[in-house]
Amino acid sequence: MKLDMAIEELHRSENHLVTVLTSMSDKHKTDHEVFYVCRDMAKWSRQHVADLAGIGTDFGLRLEPEASEDPGLLASVKQRTAELVGRRSTPGLLLLADLRHLYREAAGTSVDWELLAQGAQGAKEKELLDLAQRCHPETLRITRWANAYLKVTSPQVLAS
Amino acid sequence: MTRTDRIAEPWGSRTPYGPGETWPTRVDSYLADGLTEADVDRWVQSATILHSNGDGLDIAVKDDRIVGVRGRAVDRVNHGRLGPKDLFGWQANNSPDRLTKPLVRRRGKLVETDWDTAMDAVANRAKELLEEQGPRAISFYTTGQLFLEEYYTLGLIAHGGIGTNHVDGNTRLCTATAAAALKETFACDGQPGSYTDIDSADVIALYGHNMAETQTVLWTRVLDRLAGPNPPQVICVDPRETPVARAATVHLAPRPGTNVMLMNALIHELVAHGWIDRDYIEAHSVGFAELQKQTAECTPEVAAAVCDVPAEQIREAALIIGTAERLMSSVLQGFYQAHQATAAAVCVNNIHVLRGMLGKPGCGILQMNGQPTAQNTRECGADGDLPAFRNWSNDAHIADLAKVWNVDPMQIPHYSPPTHIMQQLRYIEEGSIRFMYVTATNPAVSLPELRRIREILSQDRLFLVVQDIFLSETAQLADVVLPAATWGEKTGTFTNVDRTVHLSEKAVEPPGEARSDLDILIDFAHRMGLEDKDGAPLVKWSDPEGAFEGWKECSRGRPCDYTGLSYDKLRGGSGIQWPCNDEHPDGTEHIYVDGQFWAQPDYCESYGRDMVTGAPVEKTEYEALNPTGRAVLKAAEYVAPHELVSEEYPFQLITGRTLYHFHTRTKTGRAPQLQAAAPEVWVEMSQSDAADRSFTEGDLLEVTTPRGLVRARVRISGIRPGVLFLPFHYGYWDTADGSRPRKERDGRAANELTLTDWDPVSKQPIFKTAAAAVRRVSAAKGQPSLAPTTTGSAPVTGGVPPTTGGAQAHAEELVGGRR
Repeated sequence: MKLDMAIEELHRSENHLVTVLTSMSDKHKTDHEVFYVCRDMAKWSRQHVADLAGIGTDFGLRLEPEASEDPGLLASVKQRTAELVGRRSTPGLLLLADLRHLYREAAGTSVDWELLAQGAQGAKEKELLDLAQRCHPETLRITRWANAYLKVTSPQVLAS
Repeated sequence: MTRTDRIAEPWGSRTPYGPGETWPTRVDSYLADGLTEADVDRWVQSATILHSNGDGLDIAVKDDRIVGVRGRAVDRVNHGRLGPKDLFGWQANNSPDRLTKPLVRRRGKLVETDWDTAMDAVANRAKELLEEQGPRAISFYTTGQLFLEEYYTLGLIAHGGIGTNHVDGNTRLCTATAAAALKETFACDGQPGSYTDIDSADVIALYGHNMAETQTVLWTRVLDRLAGPNPPQVICVDPRETPVARAATVHLAPRPGTNVMLMNALIHELVAHGWIDRDYIEAHSVGFAELQKQTAECTPEVAAAVCDVPAEQIREAALIIGTAERLMSSVLQGFYQAHQATAAAVCVNNIHVLRGMLGKPGCGILQMNGQPTAQNTRECGADGDLPAFRNWSNDAHIADLAKVWNVDPMQIPHYSPPTHIMQQLRYIEEGSIRFMYVTATNPAVSLPELRRIREILSQDRLFLVVQDIFLSETAQLADVVLPAATWGEKTGTFTNVDRTVHLSEKAVEPPGEARSDLDILIDFAHRMGLEDKDGAPLVKWSDPEGAFEGWKECSRGRPCDYTGLSYDKLRGGSGIQWPCNDEHPDGTEHIYVDGQFWAQPDYCESYGRDMVTGAPVEKTEYEALNPTGRAVLKAAEYVAPHELVSEEYPFQLITGRTLYHFHTRTKTGRAPQLQAAAPEVWVEMSQSDAADRSFTEGDLLEVTTPRGLVRARVRISGIRPGVLFLPFHYGYWDTADGSRPRKERDGRAANELTLTDWDPVSKQPIFKTAAAAVRRVSAAKGQPSLAPTTTGSAPVTGGVPPTTGGAQAHAEELVGGRR
C-alpha cells in the first residue's frame, strides 16, 4: 500500500497551489478579477490541505492541516508593487506567464487526485474515494479558470 | 376625472381587480403651463424611457415643442397609466443647457466646432490607431437608453466593421446579471415572464427588487391586485423597509452579501417538503441531483446564522412559495449588484423549474431590467454579445452572422467573450485601449471607485469621445463631445422586459445642431470607410426604418424573432411581444410553454459559466450535460463577500435608487417636480444604529471607505441595522465643481465609496457590499434630511414633513379612459 505516499504528495501539491494562487492574487492586485477569484479558489485548496491532513492520520501520516502561506509582509509588498506597475503594459505579459504556471500546477494537482482516486478504488477505501470525488472537481475548476482567462487575456497582450 | 399630486402619490389612485380579470384602464396625463387637451396641436406615439417598464404614451406637441404626455389606454403594458418620472421627466428635453453644437478639446478646453471638424477628429484618430495597433486599441461603451436601431448599427460597426470585441453597455451595471442568469438556466437570454402574470398570480415574490420605486406602473398593477378580491401574497427580500416590504406577507431582510445562502435555504425547504414537480423536473431539466446535494445542508437554521434572518421566516416564505399555485417572481439590483449576483438570480430560476412554474399564465419570471432599452442593448449586440442571441463560441452562428452582414467570418471577433466595461477600463489603465467612444451614459458617476475612474478617463493617452445630450461629468473629460437628439426628437423602437416592442416616433426637432445617435453612428461608419466584403458600405441603411428592416433579417429564426413586426404594425395600437413572426403574427405572451426551451447545443446563446470562477463552459461539456436542450438546474455554493466589516469600517454600505430619479439625474434633475422631491443626497441608517451614536434625523454625516468620502444628511429609516444606504444618482454636474468634488470633503457621489469588484459570471460590478465608517460632521439643528418620505427612505422618526409636489405636480387620472 502506497496510498500514504499519494496522500502526502497531494498534500504537498495542494499546499503549493495555495501559494501559487495567493501569490498570483497579490501580484495582480490591479487586475481585480484575478485578485478576487484567485483568493476564492485558494479557499478550496486550503480546505483540501486540511481534509488531506485529516484523512492522513488514518494512514499513519502527520500532515500540517493549515496551508503554509506567504507571510503578510511579503503579500503586501507584492500588492504594492502591483499597484506601482499597474499603469504599464508589461503586467499583461507577466499575467500570461502566471496563468500558464497556474494552469500547469493545477493540472498536475488534478492528475494527483486522479491517482489518489484510482488508488482508493483499488484499495476499497471509501472515505478516501469520497474525499477525492469531492475535491477533484474544484481543482479542475481552477485549471478551467486559468485556461479561460488565458483565452481572454492573450489576444489583447499578444496582438496589440 | 381626478387631479392627483403624483409626487405625493406616486402610484396614483386604486382601481382594484381580482385574479384572472383584466386590469382596469386609467389614463394618466400631464400638460404643462395650464394647457388643456384642446390646446395640443398633435399627439405623437411613443413609450416611456426613464425606467424599464415600457409604458405606452403619447407625446403632446404645441408650437413644435413638447408640452406634456398622456398614457395610452390601449397599451398592454400600462393600460393608460404613467409614473411620476414619465409625467414630469420630459421637461428635460426643453432644458436650456442642452448640447447644441459639437465640442473639441483645444489647449485643454472644450470649444464649439462644426460637425465636419468633430467627426473627422473622431474618425481620423480611430483610423490612426487601427493602422498602428489594430482593432484592440478601440472600445465602445454604450447605454440602456438608445433605440434598437442605434444599438444594432453600433454593434455592426464595432463587430463587423472595426472588428473589436471591446464593446459593452452600461447595462453591465444594471441588467448584465438578468441576461447571465437566463443564459445559465435556459442557455439563452429572453424573459420567461409577462406582465399579465401579475393579473393571475397568487404569490408574487420580489427578490432584491423594489418594484414600487423602479417600475412604478408595474407596482400599481400589484397594488390594484392587493386592493381587489383574493389578493396575492407578496414575498419581499430586501435589507430596506421599502414600499414592497411594507406590502409583503413575509419580508426577509438578509445581511448584504448572503443572498445565495438564503436562496439555497429556500430551495432546501422546497425539496425537503416535496413542494416540487418531479414529473416536470424529470422531463424538462438536468442537474437536479447536483442541486439537491448542494442545498442539502442549507437548512433554515444554517441560513439564519449566515443571513441573520429568523429561521421561522425562511420557513414561512418557503411554505408560501412552495404551495403557490401560480408563482410569479421578479429580481433586480438587490441581487444583481450584490456579491454572487448570477448565482443568486439563478436560484430564482431554479425555484420555477423545480415547481414547473413556467410558460403559463401567472407563472413568469422577470429577470428585471433597469433601463428602458436595456433589452435591446443585449439583443442587438451592443453589450458585446453577438446580435439576436448568437453564441460567440459556436462557429456556425458566426458564419451565419457573417452572411447577414456580408463580411468574412474572421472579421467578427469571437475568440473570447466580449470585453466588459471593467476590463476595458483595465486595458485603458495599462494603455492598450487608447480610444473609447461613449454613447449616452455617464461612467464618471455611475461606475465604482470614482477617483480611479476619473484618473483613467482623464489620461492624455486616451482619446475619449462622448455622445450625449448634456455636458455630463463624463463629457467634461472628453476630447470630442457630440450633441445628440433624444427621445421625442428621433424615431426608433425599443423593447421592455416582458419582450414588448414599442415604436417611439419623432415629435419635434432636436435643439440646435444636435443629431440623432443613429445619424452620428452612420456618419462615423462612412468616414471610417467601413465596407462589406464586396466593397459596398457596411451600414446599408440611412434611416431608422431601414435599420429596423436590417435588424429583422438578422433576428430571423432566432429566439428574439422580429420578422413579423414593422413600423406600420406598431403604429396606432399596443406594443407587441416578440417572438413575432409568421408562426406568431400577433406576438407571444408566454415563451417556454410545455418545457420547450431554446437550449439545444447548436441553437443556444450560451453554454454557461462556472458559478464561482466565471470560466465559460466548453461546448463539449455542455453537449454532454444537456444534449436535448432542457432547462439547467445550476447549483452554487455560498462564498463569503470579499470586503467584510471591521472595527475600522463597521457598516455595510449599499447603494441604490429612488423613485424620483433616473441614473445620474441628467434628465430627472432638470425636471422641477422630480428634483424638488429628492433634491440632495442622503444616507440611511437604522434607528438602533443612530441611537447608539446619538445621531438624530438630519445630522450631517461623513461616510468613508478606503476609496473615498461622501457627506450627506442622515435619514433614520427602516433599513436593517448595520447597513447604510446611499442613493447613487447624485454627481457633480449641478455643483460648482462640475465633473468631480473640488475638495475631498465635497464628495457626494455614492460611487466615491464603492469597490472595484464584480460578479465573475455576469461581470456586473458589486454595489451592495462595501465596508464603511461613519462620523458626524455637524448636528441637524432641527433640519431633517430632504430624502423622500413616500418611498424606501420613509422616516421612522417624527417631525419630518411629507414629500409633496404641490399644484405643479397635479396630474390627471381618468379611470376607464373615456370622458
